[in-house]
Amino acid sequence: MPTLEIRDLHVSVETKEGAKPILRGVDLTINSGETHAIMGPNGSGKSTLASALAGHPKYQVTSGTVTLDGEDVLAMTVDERARAGLFLAMQYPVEVPGVSVANFLRTAKTAIDGEAPALRTWGKEVKGAMENLRIDSTFAERSVNEGFSGGEKKRHEILQMELFKPRFAILDETDSGLDVDALRVVSEGVNRAKENTDVGVLLITHYTRILRYIKPDFVHVFVDGKIAEEGGPELAERLEEEGYDKYVGTGATMSA
Amino acid sequence: MTATTDLSTDHTRAVADGAHSHGVVPAGSRAERVTSFDLADIPVPSGREEEWRFSPVAKLQPLFAPELGAGGVLTTVVEAPEVKVEIVGRDDARLGTAGKPGDRTAVTAWNAFSEATVVTVPAEAVASDVTSIRVEGVSTDATAQHVLVHAEHHSEAVVVIDHRGDALLNQTVEVVVDDGAHLTLVSVQDWADGAVHASSHRSVVGRDAKLKHVVVTFGGDVVRVTPDAAFTAEGGDVEMVGLYFADTDQHQEHRLFVDHGVPRCKSRVTYKGALQGAGAHAVWVGDVLIQAKAEGTDTYELNRNLVLTDGARADSVPNLEIETGEIDGAGHASATGRFDDEQLFYLMARGIPEVDARRLVVRGFFAELIEEIGVDSVRDRLIDSIEAELEKSMSVITGTAPAQEGA
Ligand SMILES: Nc1ncnc2c1ncn2[C@@H]1O[C@H](COP(=O)(O)OP(=O)(O)O)[C@@H](O)[C@H]1O
Ligand SMILES: [Mg+2]
Repeated sequence: MPTLEIRDLHVSVETKEGAKPILRGVDLTINSGETHAIMGPNGSGKSTLASALAGHPKYQVTSGTVTLDGEDVLAMTVDERARAGLFLAMQYPVEVPGVSVANFLRTAKTAIDGEAPALRTWGKEVKGAMENLRIDSTFAERSVNEGFSGGEKKRHEILQMELFKPRFAILDETDSGLDVDALRVVSEGVNRAKENTDVGVLLITHYTRILRYIKPDFVHVFVDGKIAEEGGPELAERLEEEGYDKYVGTGATMSA
Repeated sequence: MTATTDLSTDHTRAVADGAHSHGVVPAGSRAERVTSFDLADIPVPSGREEEWRFSPVAKLQPLFAPELGAGGVLTTVVEAPEVKVEIVGRDDARLGTAGKPGDRTAVTAWNAFSEATVVTVPAEAVASDVTSIRVEGVSTDATAQHVLVHAEHHSEAVVVIDHRGDALLNQTVEVVVDDGAHLTLVSVQDWADGAVHASSHRSVVGRDAKLKHVVVTFGGDVVRVTPDAAFTAEGGDVEMVGLYFADTDQHQEHRLFVDHGVPRCKSRVTYKGALQGAGAHAVWVGDVLIQAKAEGTDTYELNRNLVLTDGARADSVPNLEIETGEIDGAGHASATGRFDDEQLFYLMARGIPEVDARRLVVRGFFAELIEEIGVDSVRDRLIDSIEAELEKSMSVITGTAPAQEGA
C-alpha cells in the first residue's frame, strides 16, 4: 500500500535575517485512502510543512526524512515529486499570465503521465470535471489564476487534483475564504477524488467546518512547528469547542 | 504576481501597472525638441543629451557623419500585386513629408541618401498579400537608406521590412497614411551579431486613418529605433506594438513619440521585452504629447520588461505631456520584473520540468502581444524566434549547448 512517511522533519525558512527554524520534528505517516486533518493556529507552520513537502526552494530541510513508498522525496526536484504522485493544492495559488488553463492542464497532465492524454477523452474529462466544480467553461481559455476570485482559485486547485489523480494530495487551507456553497462544491470534488483514486489526503485547515464535508480518519493538532496531539475525528469536535487556547501558551503564535 | 523590482530600472522603479506617476519630465519637453532637415541644427551628440543618455554613442559614431555610403545593404521588395514599387532620386517631392528628423542619426540619414525606395498602396486598393521589403546587410560600411511607404486614401495593406545579415545602417522609414487608409507596417530587426542599426520611423496619419506600427527586435549589437507618429486630421488611430528580446551585450533601444496635435485621435502603445545575459540592455522611452488643441485625445502606453537572468538592465521611461484638460483618456504604465520564481514553482509543482515551465512563462508574457500583431507570417516567425532565444537561456540553466543559431 502506498505510504507517505514523514520522519522527524526539521525545516527552516530563508529570511533576510538568515535561516529561521519553523518545523521542529514532524512525524506523520499517511497511507493511501486515508484522510488526515492537520489543524492548528495561524503561524504554527502548516503551510511550511506543505511547501517543504512540495519542495519549495525557500524552505530548507535541516534534518529528517520524507519517503513515498520508500523513495526519498527530499532528493527529488519539485517536478519529480509531482510526477511521483504528490500534489499540493496551494493556499495562495499563483497567477501565470498568458498561459491558458486548458494549455496548462494538458501540459501538466502530459508531464505527470509521461504521455499526452488521448485527445477526445481528455476534452470530455476536463469539461465534466469543470462542470462538477461549477467552473464556467470560459475559464479554459483564461490565464491560469489570473483575475480569479479566491473561491475560483481554490476550485481550480481541486480541478487539478481530480484530473491529475495524485497518490497523495496536500490541501493547504483549501477551505479558507470559501462561502458555504463553494465549500460544499470543493469538498464534493475532494470526496470524488477519494472515491475514484484512493488518494491519501493531508487536509490542512484552521477551522473545523470543512470536516463536516470531508471526513478525516485522523486529526493532528499542529502547534509551534510540530504535532502536539493526535486522535480521531472526535479530536476535531473538541477543538471546535475549546479552540487552540490550551495548546497556545508559550512559543506558539496566534497571529490574525 | 510579477514583482516590480529595482533591478537597474530607470524611472520605472516600483511603478506598477495603472500607476500614473509622471516620471521626471526630461529637460526640455518634446514640444520644444529641435527638429530639422539641416545638419547644422542637430550637432554630433556627446552622449549626455536626453535622447542619447542610454545609448552606446561610440558604436553609433560612424552614423553621425554627414557622408554615408549606400552599398552596405541589398534591398529586395516583393510586393503585393496591387502595390507599386519605385526607386526615386532624393529630389522626389513625395520624400520628406512625414515630419523632420529629430536627432543626429535621423538628420544624417536624411542628408546622406541619394536614392529612396518608395512603396505605394494606390487609393482604395486592398492589398491581397503582404508586401515584403527585405534589407540584407552585406558589408559593414556605414550606409544610409531611405524608404517611404505611402498608403493612399482608403487603401489597405501590410508591409513588412525585414532586416538580416551584418550592417552598419542608418535608416529613415517614412510612413504616410492618407485619409481612411489602414496600414500595418512591421519592422523586424533580426540582424546577425555585430550589426549596428539606427532607424528613424516618421509617420503621419490622416483623417480616420489607421496605422498599426510594429517593431520586433531580436538581433544585432546595437539597434536604436525611434518611431514618431503625428496626426494630420481628426479620427486618426495609431497602434504601436513592440516586442524585443535582448541577449548578452545587446543594446536595443526603442524611443517613440506620439504627437497629438489635432483633436479626437487615438493612440495605443504596447512594448514588451525580455532580457537575458550579462550586458543585455533594453531602453524604452515613450513620449506622448497632447497639444492644447488636441481635445478628445485618447492615449495609453505600456512597457513591460521581463528580466530572465542577472546582469541584464532595462530602462523604461514613459513620459506623458498634457497641454489640455479636454481629453478622453491618457495613461501609461511601465513595469520591469524579474522572472517570477513563484510561477516557476507553481508549474513545476504540477510535474512540468523546469525548462518547459520557463518556456511557458515567457511565451505567456508575450502571448497577448503576438496576437495583437495580427499578421500570420510575422506571428509564426516571432514564435520561432522567441523559442530560439529561450534555447539560449535554457542552455545556461541546463548546461547543454544551444541549438545552432543563424550566422
Ligand atoms: N517565507 C517566509 N519568510 C519568513 N517567515 C516565514 C515565511 N514563511 C513562513 N514564515 C513564518 O513561519 C511561521 C509559520 O508560517 P506558516 O507555515 O505559513 O504557518 P501556517 O500555515 O500554519 O499559518 C510563521 O511565523 C511565519 O511568519
Ligand atoms: Mg498557512
